[in-house]
Amino acid sequence: MPVQVRIPTPLRKFTRNSEEVSAEGTTVGVVVDDLERQFAGIKEKVCDDQGQIRRFVNIYVNGDDIRFLNNLDTSLNDGDELSIVPAIAGG
Amino acid sequence: MPSASGDPLGSDGPSKPPPRANSILDLVGNTPLLDVTAIADKLSPKVRLYAKLEGFNPGGSVKDRAALWMMRRGIESGELTQGKTVLDSTSGNTGIALAMIGAAIGHKVALVLPDNVSKERKTIIKAFGAEIVYSSGLEGSDGAILKCRDMLERDADRYFKPDQYFNPNNPQAHFESTGPEIWHATGGSVTHFVAGIGTGGTVMGTGRYLKQQSPSVQVIAAEPEDALHGLEGLKHMASSIVPGIYHEEELDGKVPVPTEDAYDLCYRMGEELGVVVGQSSGAALYASLRVARELDEGVVVMIFPDFGDRYLSTNLWHGWVDWAKSRAAKLPPPRPGRRP
Repeated sequence: MPVQVRIPTPLRKFTRNSEEVSAEGTTVGVVVDDLERQFAGIKEKVCDDQGQIRRFVNIYVNGDDIRFLNNLDTSLNDGDELSIVPAIAGG
Repeated sequence: MPSASGDPLGSDGPSKPPPRANSILDLVGNTPLLDVTAIADKLSPKVRLYAKLEGFNPGGSVKDRAALWMMRRGIESGELTQGKTVLDSTSGNTGIALAMIGAAIGHKVALVLPDNVSKERKTIIKAFGAEIVYSSGLEGSDGAILKCRDMLERDADRYFKPDQYFNPNNPQAHFESTGPEIWHATGGSVTHFVAGIGTGGTVMGTGRYLKQQSPSVQVIAAEPEDALHGLEGLKHMASSIVPGIYHEEELDGKVPVPTEDAYDLCYRMGEELGVVVGQSSGAALYASLRVARELDEGVVVMIFPDFGDRYLSTNLWHGWVDWAKSRAAKLPPPRPGRRP
């Protein structure tokens, strides 16, 4: 099931500067694994050693923070939009 | 040195009566240094650690200083005239400072913020009557910089842009206030100065003053370890638009800070010293501990840019729950008779 994933500037070095990429998966966790398959190295930036989303990374599904949904098990529907959003930097 | 009464509850009272102020702007600066040596272990007994608590500024952060200097100099130079709107891009604290100053002196303020800044920041800025224009959170603070440039180019006569990333009055504020305050408060004994890099204003201006007083003072910057980080307010220079006021060659060193270690130090500061600070303070503390552990003796002064209460809705405090659980699992039961 294809979903669109919006990529923040600091991770675009993995996506060949694409702001938005397509990935497959029925849950957020599966989509993150698919992103890693397509763009090696990206998962370790988003997830910690235990495979959990890092404390300072936010992932939104259609604008809702997965921390308040079902985390990596949050289920996805065709055409959902995921956004990976880091904290604010600089001044 | 700041008073060290030896009494855990502090000294009898403030060392001087509270000032009477005619304007909120008279209360910018003169923030206290707090001895935070107790947070460190494995330190030489001849090393002291002090944090300058910039959260005591009236706008709640170190940014009051730079904002005030930039606005004052703008008025003096004739660039900021009545009727002009103050416009800048900011990750939050500078915006709060500009909004506060604008309200106090009667200038409209418009701010470009990434849309993922904390709710607390957005609400405080609105409380000062300023206008907020949002840029994409995915683009971070650089997205706000570019959007702000675009707005200025389209309507240059309408705006005064303090331009905190390029305005020399930003570091100058620290050269004239933060630096002298630290020098005075430590009786000239400071050996190391540590601050995070956001625009670079604090570390550049304060560092220059301290080196002018004593060239042997080491000036060290705390920087996010990676481009993707959660240290709101700090910049990873290698992956960012480098501010014009930032001159890395003036630094004696940089310490890369992992976000999660900085967060953990914020949690410890609250529980062990009774000071709840923001994540950039945790970063400064992480870097200062790295520096201090290498020393036989010295006085390390760091900047704590703000308090933690303006991040209660952010990842910093979402993470506290996990931290508390993992710590509870590792800790032995509390010792009986532990002093309050």
